[in-house]
This record gives sequence, C-alpha cells and structure tokens, in this order.
Amino acid sequence: MSDLARYQEPLTVQRVLHTARTIAIVGLSSNELRASYFVGYYLKRHGYRVIPVNPRESEILDERSYPSLSEVPVAVDVVNVFRAPDALPGIARDAVAIGAGALWCQFGVVNAEGARIAEDGGLTVVMDRCLKIEHARYLGRMHWLGFNTQRITSVRTGLQ
Amino acid sequence: MTDIPSRGEEDRVFGFETRQLHAGQRPDPNTGARAVPIFQTTSYVFEDPESAAAYFNLQEYGNTYSRIMNPTVAVFEERMANLEGGCGAVAFASGIAAQAAALFTLLQPGDHVVASSALYGGTVNQLKHLLRKMSVELTWVDPDSPDAWSSAVQANTKAFFAETIGNPAGNVLDLETVAAIAHEHELPLVVDNTFATPYLCRPIEWGADIVVHSATKFIGGHGTSIGGVVVEAGTFDWSNGRFPVVAEPSPAYHGLRFHETFGTYGYLMKLRAETLRDLGGALAPLNAFLFLQGLETLSLRMERQVQNAGTVARFLSAHELASNVTYPGLPTSAYRPLVEKYLPLGAGAVFSFDCAGGRDGGQELIKNLTLWSHLANVGDAKSLVIHPASTTHRQLGDAELEAAGVRPGTVRLSVGTEAVEDLIWDLEKAFTAVQKAAA
Repeated sequence: MSDLARYQEPLTVQRVLHTARTIAIVGLSSNELRASYFVGYYLKRHGYRVIPVNPRESEILDERSYPSLSEVPVAVDVVNVFRAPDALPGIARDAVAIGAGALWCQFGVVNAEGARIAEDGGLTVVMDRCLKIEHARYLGRMHWLGFNTQRITSVRTGLQ
Repeated sequence: MTDIPSRGEEDRVFGFETRQLHAGQRPDPNTGARAVPIFQTTSYVFEDPESAAAYFNLQEYGNTYSRIMNPTVAVFEERMANLEGGCGAVAFASGIAAQAAALFTLLQPGDHVVASSALYGGTVNQLKHLLRKMSVELTWVDPDSPDAWSSAVQANTKAFFAETIGNPAGNVLDLETVAAIAHEHELPLVVDNTFATPYLCRPIEWGADIVVHSATKFIGGHGTSIGGVVVEAGTFDWSNGRFPVVAEPSPAYHGLRFHETFGTYGYLMKLRAETLRDLGGALAPLNAFLFLQGLETLSLRMERQVQNAGTVARFLSAHELASNVTYPGLPTSAYRPLVEKYLPLGAGAVFSFDCAGGRDGGQELIKNLTLWSHLANVGDAKSLVIHPASTTHRQLGDAELEAAGVRPGTVRLSVGTEAVEDLIWDLEKAFTAVQKAAA
C-alpha cells in the first residue's frame, strides 16, 4: 500500500482542493442515489464548476454532459474518475491531452499504469480517495457528523 | 475554493496524549473559543430551503436537529473515533443505548447473535430479553474457547459480541483470534471496550469492526454523566450478502443504499440517520462536554488507576480472607499472556475477589468500608465497591452468575486515583470487621 500512499499526500490533497475551479466527473451518474451524484451535487454546492462526462446522458445536475473528456470545451483543473480501474489508462491519456491539472481517482479506482501516464504528462495524481470526503475533511463539515477527520490543529480558520 | 491556508496540515501521526486533548475540535471559527462550546440548542436555522433539503437528503453535512447531531456531541464523537482508530462514531444517552443501537442497525427479525457468556449483567439482560422481543436468537459461548465461537455460527448469525475485559470476571478476550473467526464467517466482531478504554487497548487494531463504550465510566471519569458511544472501523464489507438491512435500498430513507453510497461511512450513516433518529437516545450536549473534559486526562487517570489496581490486587492476593482475585494484571493470572499482548500498559482497574464468609462476608466487608464508595458504577477517579450478587447481577440465575464469574461472596472493586495506602487501610479495617463478625 506504500505505492498508494504517494497518491494520498495530505498537502497535495489540500493544494488540489484549494486551487481547483473546474472539475470534470468521468462516470457521473444521473441516479441521485449513486455515490457519484452525491459527490457532484456536493462539489457544485461548494462552488466548483462541475462538468459531467457520460456518453449515455445529455444533462446531469443541470449541466451539459459530454461523451468524453476530449469534447469538453473548457479548461479542466481536475479530472475526477468514477469508472472501473481498467478504464483508467485511457482516461489518463485523455486528461493529459486536454491539459488537465490533476487526475483524481475515487475509492477503488486504482490502476498503476493510469497513474504513471498522468504523472508523465505532468498531472498531479490522487488515488483511492473520495473528493467529497477530502473536501469535507479539510474545508467542510465532516466533523459535524462525528467522522474521524484525523485533523489536529489549534489554528483558527474561517467560517464553515 | 477558499484561499490556500497559511499553514497546511502535514501527515503527522500524533501521540495518544495529544489526541485526547485535540482530536475532533478546532478552535470555534466564530468566537475563537479554546474550550469546546456547549451548543445547548435543539435545532439549527437553515440558510435556505435548498440547504435544508441537502442536509435531510444527506447530500451535505449539516445540522438539523439535536436528536440526530449536535456540534458539541460531534467533537466527543470524533475524539472517540480518533482515539479508537475508527472512521467515525455516534454518541448515545447511555452505554446500553449505544449497544442496542449498534446491534439494531445490523439486525432484523430471524437473525442470530453469538455472545460471550462473561458480560456485564445489564448487557446480559439486554441481549437475553430485548433481542428475543425482536425475534433475534442468541447463543452464549465461553469467550476463551475459539471452538465455541466457531461452532456457534449459524446461517442466520449476524454478529459476535464480547468485552475486552469482562465485567466482573476479568477475563481478557483474545481479540485477534475471535476477530479472525468472525471474519472467516463474514461476520463483524462487536467489542465493548469500556473497561480497557482506548488508552489501554484499541480493539480495531486487532480486527474488531465495531467498538461500543459506556462513556459513563473511565471516559467521563468523574461519575457525573451517563452516556455511550459506537465507533466503527469502517473496513467491514456490509455488501457481502449477509446484511441486506445495511446494503439494500432502505425503505426508511427513500431507497438509499447506505453502504454503496457512503462506502466506509455507510454503517455509521445508517446508525445516525435511521437508528438514532428512530430510537432516540441522543447524548445531551452538556454531558458530551463533561466527557470531553474527562477524555483530556484519560491517559493520566488510567496510568494511576492501573498502578493502584495492581497494588490493591497484590494486597488482596496475599490476604487470608480474600480469594479468587480476578485482576488479569496479576503475574499468576491465566490471562497474563493475553494481557501482555493486548493490554501492555495495564489490565484496567476493575476486578473482583471473593470475601471469606460468602454472601454475609461480602456484605459485612462493604458495610465497614468508609473510604471506598458503595455504589453501582465503575471507572470513577474515586474508588468504588459493590456486591454483584445482590445488585448489578441480581437478575441472573445461579448458572448465569457462575458463567459471569460471580459467586455469593464476590465483591467488585473499581480502583481510583487516591493514595493507595489509604485504600488498603480501609480494606484492612473492613476485613478485621468481617473476621470479628464471623467469630
């Protein structure tokens, strides 16, 4: 698991959360009970621009859905992946091609080749982590529901 | 989306003593209050209708109503989850409520539970009578026998239940072995860690899936408040086919699949959003505050209480009017190897012994103690004493008493932080009275 830890560095995670503006979600479902929908809804609510990438849908979360990353017409800061692990190399190649800043793979989306392709292309890679949970841990309100954020700090920060 | 923080947080593993003071709390963003504020409020004003809907739909973490969550209680929950090494926690108005809710969340009528036969009397009542009312079957097993755990498993079994250190028999659970047996059968191991506290033992590190506590005891530490907590490791596969109540669409939450949608956090989300919502039994914010005050000194009290317990146990072992001293920390204890493995910092501070003269002897001893408090609690900073056969274990028959390690003359001690020579002085005095009464 030490290989995975490289892709879960807290300082890297915090930098991505703080600098991202536009997040393309590959494999975003239109079913509002699926985890990807919960994440997309949450990110949108917290001010990120969410771009669905799902060839089977035309619109999700009131945003136009694109069949693939290469058809997304705007600059993408983070490519967030909700697909099977073996789809990752292809998605990583697309993410490099569109000049995305980071590749963020959700829980279980673990593929070494995909990570290597993205890193070689200059992207920051986060793997086997949930974007919503990490946001809620560092910037949000996960601690309001008794979850272990692992945070130890005596620094006073802004309103949540 | 906010500015990059001036001080990013690095991946440091903080020590237990640091975490017992800080985990779960960050200085209040509104006021800068350093102590945890007591949010004495039933409810919370929503920003707008969409936010309210998002909170109720669990799409956003938000406060709605203090039966389900409260910011003061949440600090206590997160601190307990952190100290136990779990992914989260849900607090309850008592340890018994916590335990009932932990089981209720994963059981349905027709299910079966395997439980240690050496448990706290209140737990025995709960398992024996409450579960039967819910049409859940139960099998008691000798907690020291791996074969007993294994052979008690049925097709409808849903959980193993045991205590880290049994109350009052002082039996120590072979956590790693019992957890492995549970997992072999795709079952979660639920452990009551009240007597060890996370300072002495963290069952999750040995494979336990759910840890329950009566916070009333060592966690509060000062005998002021009743409360409990459920901590989950977050690693159990609730979608393994045995737990439709956790994994399948929930009719009580508009068809949400808790485990699929929330993954690691699925069981705890269900525990809070359904079980706590529907059974009630929420922890009061003031009690959560008092438990947090207790947790700040947990390691300090435990170090001292373990030391005093060892001294008192050695004194009793050498006393002619005391026998069967169950303190697992004694070098002569059969549980010594398990203590060395699971409880290297000490075997707790609660144990029992048999006073000469049976029931009369035990009662005479208690009658003549003037420093030890005669009451039905353990884990206070003050030393406590009770006679289980006439109090905590009163509802049990002779066979159940014996299985729980209780005999007519059994006296249970909870050793506090006093000067230990004063505690021994008081016991000496009472033994003298027992001897006189018998003569």
